[in-house]
Amino acid sequence: MIAGGVTAGSALGDAQAAAEPAPTSRVALTVNGTRRTVTVDNRTSLLDLLREHFGLTGSKKGCNAGACGACTVLVDGQRVNSCLTLTVRLEGAEVTTIEGLADGDELHPLQQAFIEQDAFQCGYCTPGQIMSGVGCIKEGHTGSPEEIRESMSGNICRCGCYVKIVRAVEQTAGRK
Amino acid sequence: MSPQPQAAVGAPLSRVDGRLKVTGKAKYAAEHNVDGAVHAVIVDATIGRGRITSIDTRAALAQPGVLRVISHRNAPKLPYRDNAMSNKSNNPPGRRLRVFQDDRVLFHGQPVAVVIATTLEAAQHGASLVKVHYDAAPPSTELTKAKADKPTKYARGDAEAGLRNAAVRMDLTYSMARNHHNAMEPHATIARWTGDKLTVWDKTQWVLGTQTEIAAAFGLPQDDVRVISPFVGGGFGSGLRGWPHVIIAALAARVTKRPVKLVLSRKQQYFGTGFRPAYEYRLRVGSDRHGRLAAMAHELDAETSSYETFTEGVLPPGQMLYSTPNVQQTYRTVPLDVNTPIWMRGPGFATASFVIESAMDELAHKLDLDPIELRRRNEPDEDQSSGRPFSTRRLRECYSVGAREFGWHRRNAKPRSRREGDWLIGMGMAAGVYDTARMPAQARVRLDADGTAVVETASSDMGPGTYTSQTQVAADALGLTMRTVDFRLGDSLFPPTPPHGGSMTMASVGSAVLDGCNQVRRQAIKLAVEDKESPLYGVDANDIVVRGGRLHLKNNPTRGEKYQQLLSRNNRTHLEAQGSFAPPSGTQRYSFYAYNATFAEVAVDATLGLVRVRRMLGVYDAGRIISPTLADSQAIGAMVGGIGTALLEHTVTDHRDGRIVNANLADYLVPVNADVPDLKAIYLDGEDREADPLGVKGLGEVVMIGVAPAIANAVFNATGRRIRQLPITAEALL
Ligand code: FES
Ligand code: FES
Repeated sequence: MIAGGVTAGSALGDAQAAAEPAPTSRVALTVNGTRRTVTVDNRTSLLDLLREHFGLTGSKKGCNAGACGACTVLVDGQRVNSCLTLTVRLEGAEVTTIEGLADGDELHPLQQAFIEQDAFQCGYCTPGQIMSGVGCIKEGHTGSPEEIRESMSGNICRCGCYVKIVRAVEQTAGRK
Repeated sequence: MSPQPQAAVGAPLSRVDGRLKVTGKAKYAAEHNVDGAVHAVIVDATIGRGRITSIDTRAALAQPGVLRVISHRNAPKLPYRDNAMSNKSNNPPGRRLRVFQDDRVLFHGQPVAVVIATTLEAAQHGASLVKVHYDAAPPSTELTKAKADKPTKYARGDAEAGLRNAAVRMDLTYSMARNHHNAMEPHATIARWTGDKLTVWDKTQWVLGTQTEIAAAFGLPQDDVRVISPFVGGGFGSGLRGWPHVIIAALAARVTKRPVKLVLSRKQQYFGTGFRPAYEYRLRVGSDRHGRLAAMAHELDAETSSYETFTEGVLPPGQMLYSTPNVQQTYRTVPLDVNTPIWMRGPGFATASFVIESAMDELAHKLDLDPIELRRRNEPDEDQSSGRPFSTRRLRECYSVGAREFGWHRRNAKPRSRREGDWLIGMGMAAGVYDTARMPAQARVRLDADGTAVVETASSDMGPGTYTSQTQVAADALGLTMRTVDFRLGDSLFPPTPPHGGSMTMASVGSAVLDGCNQVRRQAIKLAVEDKESPLYGVDANDIVVRGGRLHLKNNPTRGEKYQQLLSRNNRTHLEAQGSFAPPSGTQRYSFYAYNATFAEVAVDATLGLVRVRRMLGVYDAGRIISPTLADSQAIGAMVGGIGTALLEHTVTDHRDGRIVNANLADYLVPVNADVPDLKAIYLDGEDREADPLGVKGLGEVVMIGVAPAIANAVFNATGRRIRQLPITAEALL
């Protein structure tokens, strides 16, 4: 049910001559360690695939335009804006979302640090911040608070939790 | 004061919903899994005013997956009853926008059609294929050029005479740009009909307001609509009203007979929900040579829509913040071809404070007085707008603690006197005030025989941490641990609460929760002291406290028993109570406000005009602090919001067609991590016993007030340039 049938619905009777069905593609990718093969509408972004087809709503849509970072996930270990990533480009890719970060019940150290530092309020930007923070730490952009701030500036937090986000990233990077 | 030990309240606990939020499991409006939901995308008007002459939906309907296109040409007529029936709406006076009921376009971006399709991609593409033709008229969107409504006025003393006779006079004009809330979660609604009953999952700060608005629009009994909203991804005010898209989602679901999910695009937030209106604000100030204020005259014009008159609390600060014998205020709304504004964090007060606090700084400079000293000289003994004493007002203490902690003595009063390389460094401060609002609220409390409790209220948590702070209140009042209290909110089936806004949730809902929990605890105590088999039999109820789920003698903790033992022995599955709170009716005896002093240090690039905030400190007199960790986050977050208002946020409208040209997060700038340095918040210890049973004064707004003027005043100190407009841009400084 998940991703098939994306284009299954047909136009209703009152429609004029039906347009061509939207082109689809078959894509095999790994999401949080599980291999999945899907047939998707070529227009489907990775973010919409996750949210609308896989029920993985942890990745958030804040702008759908690459401007807010709420949709940040890791693709092959790199942080990307999933709203700007077309699913059809992801053949063979490994995607990690916020849902795949914890080890069973054990939170990833950055998730834990976000709780300890109170690095969020409404929580909507938080999955994106955490995925971006994981990328930031992996990239080694944690030499100073300034470097973390620059490296985390693609992720907007309208609740204004930046000071504590930086602390959470610092805390986690320091532990490595 | 509660006889109970306070273990949770006041403790720096982490959020009870933290784990859900960091694992991506907290469900926001668009994320509820509703079987068979289809997608709706709104088509926005591309003119600023006029009429729709034709709508061609053929190409859209021909798209595979597109189920329906609804516009005024085929939409069912909706009754749109007055919502005043329940007095439970936040609709301002006027005639609210009625979706798809006629061919008129009142503002650029107004919904003119909605496309419903089986997939999001098909709905989006379909929406782009709907061809709408218009008979366009030139819109009026310029605040300074349009005709204003009749003013609201306030006067005491004789401001004109006071100004005439004043030794020192200033006549200043300010303009403040429109701000958009831009919470990270877009507004979204999922609507599902079951027969004539409707369930809606919505992003809202007030499930009851949304419920009554839908019921009024569709002519339904209120109880036939259920609104669910367990998590809100930021609001700042934008969720205080049931917006047109909520009605559209419900309408689309009714027409297609399918559950419908409708998510506004980021762009659509700018005209699909409200905003903090732009203001033009003239302030005349008269004082004596020692800085004692003689008179202030405020003349302010604010944006509203052509169809509703939105007003906000922009007058109180000018009436009560400083001792001023002569005050005159003229507040005019200016109807424009725009959508209706709504409250945004620190509504009205933030705007007025920018003006008043900038002017105070200017006066201090003119008189060669320290800005804090000037404010101290104008500290009133009572609220001069009402003659009432202040319940609590510790603004002087905010000044002294702030000055000490911030290192205010290092400020050089002479502007442009501190330089580090290309950077001019300056310090500024401002005072802030916000109304301590309280409204009736209720809560249902149930203590189960297993020693756990469930507390339910219809309230919301848009981020401040309602879940956590209310659990703290409940845990202490019931004598339970945090873990054994399950606090639920965001469902119209739960007991009614006021809007989650205006900083009134803790005082109102918290007091109802406290009352309900106190009742349940007392029931249990009564049960024990009357139960011959209880170790507490015959004891004076007042001598018993509950801690960790165990009732015991205050002075002899070994004598007691657990809730579980007591309830099971008495064959009680649970104890239950409806808690309630209502602020005292009739004339108030006190004037209730929360206060702050906010300090900022900025660096301004001498050649580029670029402003960087270096550090900020806020000191707050906000009554009792239930949850210090969360309160700290709230204050720091508001400083970030205030940095946006001060330096970045600005809606740009093309006045030729009324289009907002920067309706996205790449062009409407909000602060990012690199814009935010060292921010610190200090809450004065204390409580306000007159305000409410919890002694709280509200936090969410007061922490925002004063941020923008403190920054503006620091910019003056750094550069010698007084910018009387927001945002303060590099262009303005060059
Ligand atoms: S949703 Fe992808 S960057 Fe905003
Ligand atoms: S926590 Fe609300 S937007 Fe970041």
